[in-house]
Order: sequence, then structure tokens, then C-alpha cells
Amino acid sequence: MSILSTRFLAASALVLMAATPLSAKTFVYCSEGSPEGFDPAPYTAGTTFDASGHAVYNRLVQFKPGTTEIEPALAESWDVSEDGLTYTFHLRQGVKFHSNDKFTPTRDFNADDVIFTFMRQASAENPWHEYIPGITYEYYSSMEMDKLIKSIEKVDDHTVKFTLNQPEAPFLANVAMPFVSILSKEYADTLEAAGTREDLNNAPIGTGPFKFVAYQKDAVIRYQKNADYWGEAPKIDDLVFAITPDASVRLQKLKAGECHLMPYPSPADIADIKADPNLQLLEQAGLNVGYLAYNTTVAPFDKPEVRKALNMAIDKKAIVDAVYQGSAVVAKNPIPPTMWGYNDSIEEDKYDPEAAKAALEAAGVKDLTMEVWAMPVQRPYMPNARRTAELIQNDFSKIGVKVDIVSYEWGEYLKKSMEEGRKGAVILGWTGDNGDPDNFLSVLLSCAAATPGGANRAYWCNQEFSDIIAKAKTTSDHAERVKLYEQAQVIFKQDEPWATLAHSTQYVPMRKEVTGFVQSPLGDYTFETVDLTE
Amino acid sequence: MLRFILAKLLYLIPTMLGITLVAFGFIRLLPGDPVLLMAGERGVSPERYAQIAAQLGYDKPIWQQYLNYLGNLLQGDLGNSLVTKKPVLAEFLALFPATVELALVAIVIATVIGVPVGVIAAIKRGSWFDQISMTGALIGFSMPIFWWGLLLIIFFSGVLGWTPVSGRISLMYFFPPVTGFMLIDSLLSGQDGAFASALSHLILPSVVLATIPLAVIARQTRSAMLEVMGEDYVRTARAKGLPTRRVIGVHALRNAMIPVITTIGLQIGVLMAGAILTETIFSWPGIGKWMIDSISRRDYPVVQSGLLLIAAIVMIVNLIVDLTYGLINPRIRHK
Repeated sequence: MSILSTRFLAASALVLMAATPLSAKTFVYCSEGSPEGFDPAPYTAGTTFDASGHAVYNRLVQFKPGTTEIEPALAESWDVSEDGLTYTFHLRQGVKFHSNDKFTPTRDFNADDVIFTFMRQASAENPWHEYIPGITYEYYSSMEMDKLIKSIEKVDDHTVKFTLNQPEAPFLANVAMPFVSILSKEYADTLEAAGTREDLNNAPIGTGPFKFVAYQKDAVIRYQKNADYWGEAPKIDDLVFAITPDASVRLQKLKAGECHLMPYPSPADIADIKADPNLQLLEQAGLNVGYLAYNTTVAPFDKPEVRKALNMAIDKKAIVDAVYQGSAVVAKNPIPPTMWGYNDSIEEDKYDPEAAKAALEAAGVKDLTMEVWAMPVQRPYMPNARRTAELIQNDFSKIGVKVDIVSYEWGEYLKKSMEEGRKGAVILGWTGDNGDPDNFLSVLLSCAAATPGGANRAYWCNQEFSDIIAKAKTTSDHAERVKLYEQAQVIFKQDEPWATLAHSTQYVPMRKEVTGFVQSPLGDYTFETVDLTE
Repeated sequence: MLRFILAKLLYLIPTMLGITLVAFGFIRLLPGDPVLLMAGERGVSPERYAQIAAQLGYDKPIWQQYLNYLGNLLQGDLGNSLVTKKPVLAEFLALFPATVELALVAIVIATVIGVPVGVIAAIKRGSWFDQISMTGALIGFSMPIFWWGLLLIIFFSGVLGWTPVSGRISLMYFFPPVTGFMLIDSLLSGQDGAFASALSHLILPSVVLATIPLAVIARQTRSAMLEVMGEDYVRTARAKGLPTRRVIGVHALRNAMIPVITTIGLQIGVLMAGAILTETIFSWPGIGKWMIDSISRRDYPVVQSGLLLIAAIVMIVNLIVDLTYGLINPRIRHK
């Protein structure tokens, strides 16, 4: 039944499209992978969010293009109570949902859609909570929205009130994320009546800049401009995602003019791209960090002076040059320099093997043998962990520390690196979800995250640090928050639970004729502003 | 004949059962698991992990999971993908025609070129043609597919601009999939140039996929021909004064084809393995790339049921090859 209905839907959408000739402006994006589905809530991959959340949907608020600042979207404005516990959103009026051959909206976007969007994720009793067997809402639960939101009330058709259990400064940034993209309650009701609930995930209806047209698995996704878009309507008529998993092949397609823009070029191809007169290359410091986390609960790495000595022995500049091929900056803080709250007055660990050796001796450490873990996969924050580990091995050998490089299969690596009493230092990293410093510092370095299943792989629990970031999280005054995060970075640097390695640069190669593409610090690919010049 | 087919089909049952066990065990023996991979760097709390594992049924003892899997299989339920949450069978059916189309074109290329090259090499044994073609076959056989595919793309699509880089048809053509075979669908669409576009997209991937089978078929044909040419009946045919063309074409080739057909049949397995890499390079939306993605995400239901479906198809093709012997060689016609 479900196969048939999906097929029918896709086929009829295709027939509709085939009747109209392809419009003048078709923009082709060589995407790196297939979306897991088109309902953004149950998934976690950026690839999925580009294809669903960003193209088809909107949120209550959104990130201003090219920044991590919040601006109004489906909520025109909002009020926050004095105690920071209630957020009242005033919804935009006259916003139209898309239509497809099964559904034509009879009403504009309203409060019911907001409540539907949140409640289906929040409440296990909601009939749409598990509309596909086995579906879970990983972002909703990992961002702790379930613990945070006490209630959501419809004040009137155009006003929704959120009541929180405790004040939470990053709340607005959280609701700008794709997992709370606003769905149409009316569409869900229509699917329910038709008995094809899974089409919520197959044939998305949103309010976003592009209407979904068809998806051919692992090959092509087609969208059409939403002419009724509440914001500025896109300048291109059709948007096509040509799914191309291999980075070298993506580049060949770009060069051959088979697509206009591609994500994630290999670092080795950057020089070639720069030299091509038909291409242009955007670059931006990524919102990420690559690090080496010591286990601060295991001797001798429990002593800050030992960690500091080791950090002094690492030639980070050499890592940036050799591993990142120069497309990164050396990291001195756990958060990247493009993030607000970055403390630029912190001093970089000086690369000084002699001093490191002396410091290690002074700390009473002799004939140290340690493990350095290198993950088996390439990530945006770390192009080659193995090579990085080898460089660190070489650096440490100069101060008499012997390094064994260890690696595991990726899933196993993630698991074993979080085991208590783990031996050795782990290479890993993080890419920000919403641009808030809390999304780095709480997730990666708080005491609460220093538990099995958490992400604090240094097992570093500094109560003072944790208290400061907890306070910053509940403070609504921005200037005050900046101060608190700056202070937190000072404590981090005193203790140095990690060797902070690098913040990598994100590149976007595109054809010369592309204009108006805005690179997102969060690594999103959005196309409502792009245009093609002849 | 019918009894022979039935007996062969009966043999398939224990084999298939064995495959379910291997596929089920193989993906679980690999370290790492789907929940952890989905959570990524963020990690997942032990409570949440237990909750998801329970929801997916992975908290039960392994033998019970296997029995559940078998039970569902018998009811025709191949399970749902952990990643896309869609039925495995639906995904397989959507992707399979792309792989079949690619594999068929590849095997046709491999046979149409491989057999004549083998025959000529055998007839002109020791000649420059024999030496060059057999060296070429050896290189082709040892070709790293990924490198070879990329090399062809860079040369033919990048430098010369003759062929498209990847995909199945130009993005300007857009019609509903009827059969799933792009060559047929493009003809059915009636759109100008659609068939030519689909064909041009098939050239590089099918040549890449055909490379190894082509080498094997050429070498096998050559050695089979050499063996047959030394047989008495060939000498007799020559002695009778039959024209060389007839001796080779009818008497020698027909007998030499028996092992060659076996070889071609066995290439189906090789094609499936080759399809994994070829599809990944050429962004070809088939089952090879699907399996690779699913293995790396530890998508248990897709891997175990996908392998089962692929194995079933390979076995059925082999069975068909078995049956075609009878057509070629009446001596082993089955009673």
C-alpha cells in the first residue's frame, strides 16, 4: 500500500511537471548525499536538513543569512517574560502552505501548526508521535527540549505561548534549528484521513522558499520556486539536487557545467579550483573545533601541568599546514573565533619542546608511554586524524614521550572513547548546531557531560567552569553572557583538558555565473537568494 | 526437465536459509552499531540508548532477534530501513532496475568484445594480436575500479567533454519512471534526445563495470578455443576440407562456448561486486551504492534483507545458466 501510494504520488507529480517545460532558470546543486527523509524532525544529518528543513520549511525564527543571529521568520515578533520563563510568539499572518496533487490548503499558517509541530515530538501520546514505526526525535531529546518546555498554549490563532521549566538563553537559537521546522496540521489531517501518514515524510508540505516536486532515491531531488513565499521569492525557478557522493566527481561535474555549486571539496583540490577561470571559491572560518582530549581522570593526565607540558610540545602550525593544507586556523580556545563570546585575550600555548620537556620533568613524569586515538573517518573539523596523530607522535617523541596510535571503526571509536578510565588521548571535534557558545561548552566540557554516553571525552569536571556556563545559559542579558563565557575560557585554559588543535575553513566552490549565494557559518546550504547571470 | 528445475529450486531453500544466517551474523559481527552512529560526536545517554534499542528490538537475545527476522521473512516482511524508515523491499525495487540496466549493458559489452577477441587470439596464437590482447586482459583484470572510473571521467568528460560526468540522464529530462530502465523509459517519454542522453550516460559506467568480466571472458574463450582446436573432430572437419570459417564458427566455437557460458554466468556475482564501486563513482542510483551506505551506517534490516535479495537473484541467474547448457550441448540435456 505504502509503496503504491508513494509511487503514485511521485509519478503524478512528475506528470504534472512534465507537462510544463523546464523554466529558464534551473539551479543545480551537486549535493553530497541522499536525504534520510523529508520530515526534518526525526533525522540528524545536515544533508537531510538542506533537502528538507532549509528548502521546504521555515521555523518560528531563523538565522540571519550568513550569521548566527536570530531574526523573525514565521513569528513576526516575540516577548520574553522578566523571569525568562515564558516566550510569547506573535505569528506572521497570511503565510501560505504549499500545495501538491493530494493537498490544497484551505487556510493560512496559524497557531495550530506550531502546536502540532512541537507536540508530536514532545508527547508520546500524540497520535503523530510514531507515525512511522521506529521513528524517534533525536534532536528534540538531545537538545533537552523535553525537559525544558513545560507547556505550549495557543493564546489565539496568531499567538503561541511557550512556558519553560527554567530560563534558557539559547532557547531562540534552538527553535531556529531545522528539527522544529513548522509543518502543516491541515496536511497531517488530510493524510490521516487518506490513510497515507507516511507521506508526511515522502511528500513534504511547508511554507519555505521552494516547493517539493519529486525525489528519485539516491539520484535527484527537484523543487520549484514558491511564488507565494512570504519572504522575498527566490530568483531561480527550479532547484535541483543532483546527488553526487564522491568529492572528485562533484568537482568534475562542476567543471563540466553539470552543476552550479557543490559542498565539501577535498582539501587537495582547493588549489585547482582557485586556478579554474570558470569557478569561484567562497571560504569562511567554520564553526568547529578539532581537539585532542586527554583523560583527566587517569594519571599522569590528571595533572594540569602535565597536560600543559604536552600541549607545549605540539606544533599546531605544522598540523594546520600538513593535515588541513593551510585551510584552518590554529585553535587556542574550545570555541571558534567567529563565535560571539570568543576570548581573544587568551594566550596561545607556545610551541616550545625544550620548555615542554623541562615542565614534564618538573611534574615528575619520566618515560611516559601513551596512546593517541585517531578516528577512522574524515570530518569537517578534521580531514585526516591518522596524519594528525603521526605528527603528534613525532612531536611527543622529541620530549621523550612514546606514543602508540590507536584506531577503531567509527561507531566503536565513539563508544570506546567515552568509556570511563579510557587510556590515552582522543582526537575528535565538534561542529556547532546553532551558533551559541553553550552548544560547545555545555555539550563538550560540562560536568554533566562527563558521564558515559556524554560527549565530554576529557572526563573533565571543573565545578567552577560548569557553574559559570550554567549561569550563562540562564542569563538573558547578552553582554553578561559574553563576560561569563570569556571567564569560562580562562578556566579552560588554566586546566587545559584538551590540546585545542584547529578550526577548519569551509569552502564552497561554484560556477562563475552564480551570484547571491550566502555561506552559512553553520554549514547549511540554502538557495533562496541565489541567482544565475548569463 | 521440470523435475530437474524443481530439484534445483529445492536446493535453494537450505542455501537461502544459510544466507539469512550469514547476512544476519555478518553485519552484527562488525563493530559499531546504528544507534551510536546516528548519535555521532554528541553521544547518547545509556538510558536513551536502552530505550531506542528496546524500540528496535535489539535488546533481545541475538537468537531471538534472528528467529523474529526469519518469522517476518516467512510472512514476506523484509523489515524497514533504520535510516529512512522505509520498507526494504520498496527501496530495493526502486533501485534494482538501475543496477540491472548497468549490469546488462556491461555484460553485453564484455561478451560482444570478449568472445571475438578470445577467438582471434586463439586462432592467431602467439601473434602480436594475441600478445597485446592477452596483456590487456591481464591489466583489465587487475584494474582498481575506482581509479579506472575516475580516470575515464577526467579524460572523457573533463578533458574531451564527450560524455557526461555522472547520473543516469540529463537533468533537463524529467518523466515518470515506468519500467525503471532509463533506456526504455526515455523512449517511452517521447521527449527529443532523451534516449541519446540516457545512452551517453551509460557509456562510461558500463565500460568500467565491463572491464573485469571482459578480461575474464576473453581469456576463457581463448583457452577454451585452444583446447577444442586440438580435438579430433576439429581435425576431422579440417581434413574433410571444410572452409576454415565453418570449422571455427560451427565445430570449434560451439563446443568452446560451454565453459565460456559458465564463465559469463559466474560473472553475475563479479558484476554485483563491481557495481558497488562503479555506482558510487558515477552517482548511479542502484543497489550497490545502497548496500555500501547501509553497511557503513549499520542499517541492519537493509543489509540482511538486501543481501538475501541479491543472493537470491544471483542464484536464480546461475540456475538459468545451468539450464542453457542443455540448449547448447545436448549431451548434458537434463532428463
